[in-house]
Amino acid sequence: MKASPIENETCKCALPLGQCRRGFRGTLVSVCPLAGNDGYDADELELRLLELGFIEGASVHILHEGPFGHDPIAVRVNDTTVALRRAEAMAILAE
Amino acid sequence: MTSAPAINQPKAAQTDPDAQPIEAALVGAPNCGKTALFNAMTGATQKVGNYSGVTVERKVGVATTPAGRKFALIDLPGTHSLRARSPDEEVTRDVLLGQRPGERVPDMILAVGDATNLRGALRLVSELKKIGLPIVMILNMIDIARHRGLQIDHVALSEELGIPVIPATAVRRGGLDELWSAVDPMLEAGLDAPQPSSWAVPSTHDMRVSMREAERLVKTHVIQPPEPDTVSAKIDRVVLHPIAGPIILLAILFVMFQAVFSWAAPFMDAIDWAFTSVGAAVTQLLPDGLIQSFIADGLIAGIGSVIIFLPQILFTFLFILLLEDFGYMARAAFLMDRIMGRAGLNGRAFIPLLSSFACAIPGIMAARVIDNKRDRLTTILVAPLMTCSARIPVYTLIIAAFIPNTKVLGGLSLQGLVMFGLYAAGVFSVLAVAFVARYLFAREERSAPLMLDLPDYKTPILRNIALGLYQRARVFLRRAGTVIFWAMVVIWFLSTFPMAPEGATEPAINYSFAAIIGHFVAPILHPLGFDWHIAVALVPGMAAREVAVAGLATVYAVGGENGLIHTLSDQWSLGTALALLAWYIFAPQCISTLAVIRREAGSAKWMWVAVVYMFALAYLAAFATYQISALLGAG
Repeated sequence: MKASPIENETCKCALPLGQCRRGFRGTLVSVCPLAGNDGYDADELELRLLELGFIEGASVHILHEGPFGHDPIAVRVNDTTVALRRAEAMAILAE
Repeated sequence: MTSAPAINQPKAAQTDPDAQPIEAALVGAPNCGKTALFNAMTGATQKVGNYSGVTVERKVGVATTPAGRKFALIDLPGTHSLRARSPDEEVTRDVLLGQRPGERVPDMILAVGDATNLRGALRLVSELKKIGLPIVMILNMIDIARHRGLQIDHVALSEELGIPVIPATAVRRGGLDELWSAVDPMLEAGLDAPQPSSWAVPSTHDMRVSMREAERLVKTHVIQPPEPDTVSAKIDRVVLHPIAGPIILLAILFVMFQAVFSWAAPFMDAIDWAFTSVGAAVTQLLPDGLIQSFIADGLIAGIGSVIIFLPQILFTFLFILLLEDFGYMARAAFLMDRIMGRAGLNGRAFIPLLSSFACAIPGIMAARVIDNKRDRLTTILVAPLMTCSARIPVYTLIIAAFIPNTKVLGGLSLQGLVMFGLYAAGVFSVLAVAFVARYLFAREERSAPLMLDLPDYKTPILRNIALGLYQRARVFLRRAGTVIFWAMVVIWFLSTFPMAPEGATEPAINYSFAAIIGHFVAPILHPLGFDWHIAVALVPGMAAREVAVAGLATVYAVGGENGLIHTLSDQWSLGTALALLAWYIFAPQCISTLAVIRREAGSAKWMWVAVVYMFALAYLAAFATYQISALLGAG
């Protein structure tokens, strides 16, 4: 049984990081880009995200949002900080 | 690491004096301090060039160990992985795998990792080990790591990895001692012969396995400090703040502009004065005639018109290198990504484009910070549309002659408003051209994702900045300089020959090839409201925009700024003047810029693309401006 998010007892499902706001803290559940959803090879995106440290079990924390349209986001992944757009962050599920 | 498998496979020892020197390759992620390390190891011996066929910087140098052994060191482009995604990363992969024609396979890899953030570097090392070359892992920036309280058991790490792991720092004196004391005996004993490569493109599964392994190594051998570093986080809270962030970025840009415009001005005046004086001296010394004209107007003025850009280039790059070393560049890209993305540009294009307000040359050279090839090319091609400082003399001349010096809209200067409008037109055209190019040529493709490390802030290293500036200056003077110089000679030739006949009444240029060309193109320029005087002045004006001012003065045979303003307002209609302003927003009248585009885009093709599209836009804009003015009665 996974630990439920403190904010929302009813929803125990993971959220795409691309939908989370600044201040979100959580644990990375899975990295799974959908093929064809952004014209960018899904495997390639997955590899790049993994390389940057987005791996299952990593702690993620959204530190900053871009000044225009809250995009891109700056995410603390374990002990590094990575900037990425929300579109790509949709491939990252966290809880 | 196993030793050479067979006796008849000799070690690449340095016993044979004719053998090529050992070559070591520096490999590491961007931001791991690899270049600083390279600078520290090779000092002033480095040579910067390009890999054949691509505009990827090739840096080689000679490192000398304390024991006096010399070996060649090549600084390969930064990469997180051997899965090459950009032209830079392809070079790194191909050189290491021996798949790059004309490049030697290195004898040894020096894998550089940022000691404060080892996970990625350890993962890269696991890939590099598969290549089969001898590897030494360097824990770079160990001073910062120790300062933060990180404890790395490099001996145990070395045992587990099966390769030497050596702490180093490029900044402190003696920071390379441990590295040298490990490398020297290795060279003395001779390197292991390379094993066959077993590297293959990693699958997502391989990547997870190697990331987990790196994770485990860090957990086992690195003791994290009780309190994590908070300085970078604190700076980011201000610098990336949704309101303060953009304001700080604007403030930095404002200072940068001031520097490039004002601080560079005295240096540019000095260079101008020096070349004018030398030209005048030559005119005095040599008898009147062709040789005097060639040396004073062709050679000296030609070289001067190239070197005059140097102060602006150096000031621009001083800022860019400082911001890059400090770690701010990635933050600027983060802040601007959304706005730039609308026009199909990358967040990283922001600084190169803004530098182009001063001069497109440093702007185009700065586009190297953009890792995506298509985004870099777009940025290079649109950068010359930004209103560079060479347009200012032309704009001020025409505005002074035709725009009344009155106040409108409650105290705003009309002349100032027109000037602002011309700047705004430049910015708008950059965004519009980038947008249209993307719509026409890459509609199906999504823009390349912005994914970048926001590295910890670091104090810039003075020596790196100095070396970086020196290299930019050299690249500009050597490569662009030769092209520009010859172009200047051609333009001088065109404006001088054939010479004016005896007893000529008109200015000498009116008998030259420039005049012939001018008269020839005049009918084409007629619908723009340009007469043959303008057409002739635009011929030398092809070399550099501001030269057209001197060209007009020569063609109308008037001296002094005021005389020229007076003549122009007499001779031209308002429609012609406005059309010439519109022409100048777009026309690619700068041979230096075109030479740099050719160099940075890697082929003459893109230079011609820029020439054609910019002339086409210039023609259309001037045509529309003149015809509309004529309809409104100002033709």
